Amino acid sequence: MGRYMSAISLNNVDVAYDGVRVVEGITFNVARGESFALVGESGSGKSTVLKAICGLAPEWTGEIFLLGEPGSHRPNLSLARRCQMVFQDPYGSLHPRKTVDAVLSEPLAIHGIGGQDERVEQALADVGLDRRFRFRYPHQMSGGQRQRVAIARALMLEPEVMLLDEPTSALDVSVQAEILNLLKRLRAERGLTYLLVTHNLPIVSFLCDRMAVMSKGRVVEIASSTALHDGSFTHPYSQALYAASGGA
Amino acid sequence: MLTREWLLDDSPASRGQAAAGRAYRVSLDLPRNPLAVAGIVIISILILTAIFAPLIALEGPHGQYLERRLLPPSGDHWMGTDQLGRDIFSRVVYGARITLMIVALVAVISAPVGLLIGAVSGYFGGWVDSVLMGVTDVFLSMPKLVLALAFAAALGPGIENAIIAIAITTWPAYARIARAETLTIRNSEFVAAARLLGASHTRIITRHVLPLCTSSMIIRVTLDMAGIILTAAGLGFLGLGAQPPSPEWGAMISGGRSYIFDQWWVATMPGFAIILVSLGFCFLGDGLRDVLDPKSEGKS
Repeated sequence: MGRYMSAISLNNVDVAYDGVRVVEGITFNVARGESFALVGESGSGKSTVLKAICGLAPEWTGEIFLLGEPGSHRPNLSLARRCQMVFQDPYGSLHPRKTVDAVLSEPLAIHGIGGQDERVEQALADVGLDRRFRFRYPHQMSGGQRQRVAIARALMLEPEVMLLDEPTSALDVSVQAEILNLLKRLRAERGLTYLLVTHNLPIVSFLCDRMAVMSKGRVVEIASSTALHDGSFTHPYSQALYAASGGA
Repeated sequence: MLTREWLLDDSPASRGQAAAGRAYRVSLDLPRNPLAVAGIVIISILILTAIFAPLIALEGPHGQYLERRLLPPSGDHWMGTDQLGRDIFSRVVYGARITLMIVALVAVISAPVGLLIGAVSGYFGGWVDSVLMGVTDVFLSMPKLVLALAFAAALGPGIENAIIAIAITTWPAYARIARAETLTIRNSEFVAAARLLGASHTRIITRHVLPLCTSSMIIRVTLDMAGIILTAAGLGFLGLGAQPPSPEWGAMISGGRSYIFDQWWVATMPGFAIILVSLGFCFLGDGLRDVLDPKSEGKS
């Protein structure tokens, strides 16, 4: 699978924060339309990989290709059209003084896209929010509703690649299921490529085709998500993780 | 259309309704604080007095009536008369205009400057931060009144120069506050999300960072207004602010200084006005802090 064919291609990527290297030698490919997971315990560098791909962690070396084009060290307009991210905390990822309408119109204003009214209404409908939420402030909504708004914002520019940083870990279990179903439906409808970071293995088997297991800043194993059913992990760390999640 | 239900609607139908609803909620919270109400009343009286000064005052602020100089407070002259026989009440009433102008102009000049410098400094960090905060520290390290005195002396006496001098001395405190707020906002996920959407630094600072700094800025500026009035009065007292015969309160106290032991009312009456208005701004600032604080409102 060549780097020009795949949606996301990382080759020997190191990422540092203020000169301290936290992630080393990351190499994996995600095909277009595939759903790929990065799993591992807290502090294993999963989110850092996402940030490097979208330019929020500028100190990376190696090769990153996104839909055939080289990655950037900082966010820019063309990157924004190809790749968007959904953050972990729906309470922190929405501006507390902006209505849903303002949040969803902003990407359109930045990119000079017209027809904002219809697009905002359509985006709300797409993520299953009633139109009466349009002029609410974040503090007038529940966590699940906020996360739907965050997903709608990420989809406003119609990117092909979505980076999901633990999109459900801050939510109640019942709401988690709704958001996961929404993500699954959106991917099926739009042919999106997902790169999902999580430490929750059942989510991987629900949403993803393959996964990379990370530990201490390195990828120790890349496995198909069927391994979560039969436990066919080869690396001892993956096996331990699998056992710890109650799979063994 | 403008009903209570419409304003408090949980699901506003338009941008305007959402904004109006938020303003209405603030206006509902404010009267629950008695001190804030006292502040609002005092500031309203000040504003109305300034607007309707010619109607309220018994006579003009200027002129000489030497046959009735230094009369004590009475039914004819509620606050007595000064060394030139002018009615002090009338002069205090006209002085409200000057005080209001000083406060408004200083706030309009220094708050945006401080806000912008602080936000830019906090957002970019690095050498931008070091340079801007270095300049801010230089200004902060000097006592406010002394610095204002120096500027007023350099620019020449007069009310306009006093306003400029006070504005120059007040912005550094606002820059510090704005920088501190920006530092907490800079690494938040909604700023990261805006960057990912391709938003420019200018856009992030003006649309995302500044709106979150403004409420603490409004509170701080309101609380500082008492200090601004006192500094202006101090400059007037020292002869570097408003010049006689302008009915500026500080200058009036200065004029009454020579008579303070025998004719106490000449200096005391404008002093009362200064205290009352300063208190009004302090009360209002405290009330606004309770209402506008994003921490008490944002999460519910």
